Amino acid sequence: MTAAESVMVNRVIPGSAFLEVRDLHIHFPTDDGLVRSVDGLSFTLERGRTLGIVGESGSGKSVTSLGILGLHNKRNANVSGEIWLDGQELVGASPDTVRRLRGKKMAMIFQDPLSAMHPYYTVGAQIVEAYRVHNDVSKAVARKHAIDLLGRVGIPRPAKRVDDYPHQFSGGMRQRAMIAMALSNDPELLIADEPTTALDMTVQAQILDLMRDLQEEFNSALIIITHDLGVVAELADDILVMYAGRCVEYGTATEVFQHPEHPYTWGLLGSMPRLDRPTAKRLIPIKGTPPSLIHLPSGCSFHPRCPYEPQTGGLGRTVMPDLATVEGRHQVRCHLSVSQRRTIWENEIKPKLEAS
Amino acid sequence: MTSPINEDALLSVRGLEKHFPITKGLLKRKVGAVQAVDGVDFDVLRGETLGVVGESGCGKTTTGRLITRLLEPTNGKIVLEGHDITHMSQGRLRPLRRDMQMIFQDPYSSLNPRHTVGAIVGAPYHIQRVKTERGIKRAVQDLLKLVGLNPEHYNRYPHEFSGGQRQRIGIARTLALRPKLIVADEPVSALDVSIQAQVVNLLEDLQDELELTYVVIAHDLSVVRHISDRVAVMYLGKIVEIADREALYAHPRHPYTNALVSAVPVPDPARRDRAQRERILLTGDVPSPIDPPSGCRFRTRCWKAQEICAIEEPPLIPRLGDPDSHAAACHFPVADDEQIVGRRARDPAAEVPDAS
Repeated sequence: MTAAESVMVNRVIPGSAFLEVRDLHIHFPTDDGLVRSVDGLSFTLERGRTLGIVGESGSGKSVTSLGILGLHNKRNANVSGEIWLDGQELVGASPDTVRRLRGKKMAMIFQDPLSAMHPYYTVGAQIVEAYRVHNDVSKAVARKHAIDLLGRVGIPRPAKRVDDYPHQFSGGMRQRAMIAMALSNDPELLIADEPTTALDMTVQAQILDLMRDLQEEFNSALIIITHDLGVVAELADDILVMYAGRCVEYGTATEVFQHPEHPYTWGLLGSMPRLDRPTAKRLIPIKGTPPSLIHLPSGCSFHPRCPYEPQTGGLGRTVMPDLATVEGRHQVRCHLSVSQRRTIWENEIKPKLEAS
Repeated sequence: MTSPINEDALLSVRGLEKHFPITKGLLKRKVGAVQAVDGVDFDVLRGETLGVVGESGCGKTTTGRLITRLLEPTNGKIVLEGHDITHMSQGRLRPLRRDMQMIFQDPYSSLNPRHTVGAIVGAPYHIQRVKTERGIKRAVQDLLKLVGLNPEHYNRYPHEFSGGQRQRIGIARTLALRPKLIVADEPVSALDVSIQAQVVNLLEDLQDELELTYVVIAHDLSVVRHISDRVAVMYLGKIVEIADREALYAHPRHPYTNALVSAVPVPDPARRDRAQRERILLTGDVPSPIDPPSGCRFRTRCWKAQEICAIEEPPLIPRLGDPDSHAAACHFPVADDEQIVGRRARDPAAEVPDAS
């Protein structure tokens, strides 16, 4: 009951930021047990800023984004916590209210444009539909708007291609068309879930460049969800590292890449071969595998895979560490003390990552 | 143009072609062909790792399937340890298959869900009627141990394992007959970042231990650089550049290789601006392999293309005084200190209104 009361109290104070997620929980009851996909996630995002959410599959990053958009089925997902978008609370809002916001105020770019677009309708028809749901305009005006958008995202001869079906587009063009659809109502919040994972390297560069330009133009808030640290380093102002449904590290891109403090972040950086450094002899992987979200490890979820767990004096096995502020906005969820973590990073991890 | 077969090489490929016919109508009249692989030459030396990179549709997977003879070549020659296996019958090929195995991309579809791990990994022994010293079960358990799996999981089914573990099962099966050559088609691209590093390290350890030779096919340039001794870059069914790893990444000669290397996102926010400035953004899409451009196949997207590129196909030879090991197929190779024009330049047809 106390939890519910505190929620009631909190509801009186809307978030001051453009997007504020407070203590978001998304659980799925299944026959095998409760799947805790997102477990107490909080973050804020302002207009014109980009937040990168990084994590492995099953860390809860996609579930979070679907939760913000209100796309979880109430029958099989338990969503609690608060999501404030421009002074409006979304978790407790009626499905109809959220639907009115979806597409106009917030929009999403999905990972796989082939399955996210309807194969039976032309690309143009789908953009026209998205536009006319929120704007009372004639079909001709909406079509003109669709052509304009397709041109803006770099589709050659948009007036002709608007009547093509999704299968007539290449992968990169489909992703551009998806972006055009998401932008059709000038959303203030844009969520891109693995926007370039299905694409080739040179096309990925084109799409990232396009997203950067469009964000400057529209000044929207952008959440980019990916497992690729390279992509977030290119786009994000702030980075949130997720592990097993929780945020384990949060900070500006510079903080997280230059002075990462969570052992999981170190592991991610060590796992990744990099073109900008001399070839490493060996990669430094994280041992073990991501945990089951039904049977999370006791204490810190990362402790079975953490090489520094013995240094916590048993705390790692028993107590879930809090997400504590290190400096400024840099937050880390770890039992090791700040000085311990900095010593390990400076003396052990950093030299290994930079050594040839 | 075709050089003689290299006697020292484990595998030699000359003028390899694979054209998939396109048929029409009841009579299956041949109306064209997808030129998936169109004249590829390379050697793989004993104990080395040759990386093959390229974007989707460039023919890298087809090449892998041709050299393991899972596909019948249209033209050309494949020589494995002095045996011409180009058109060898499956029956005669079977004993040679012990020396040549394949690791598949998708660990979910490449393992039979109805078979136990023991049956899957032990299958090569049954098919090849190989007698093992202490029985097949012991041999399989030794293999499981070798790839870092628990030998007690002999009787489990593939669905009980995670993606990384399944890939290890696939690798164990590959190793059963102690092959000399392993063709790995995107061995880590379906895995999470932290698991990718584990599998990459495993492949490297096994190579040292068992003196394996690898052909690694991948789209991820950082992984290929990490794992390979030499790298071949493919574009539209042809090798456009082949060189030792360091030379290829430090001095890419072919404009396509330059674009590919520059497109890799750099996981370092401090270098973000520089990386973006130096990025070469290719315009448009890869042309159709049904009707590839005349002359140089990259000319339609190349900023250096001139008349000759449309007329004459550039041979794959050393350029600009490079050693014999570094060959590029380009009339106008990129010099080391060349200022590349066309960085961030866009095709006028696909012009995006400038945001800044």
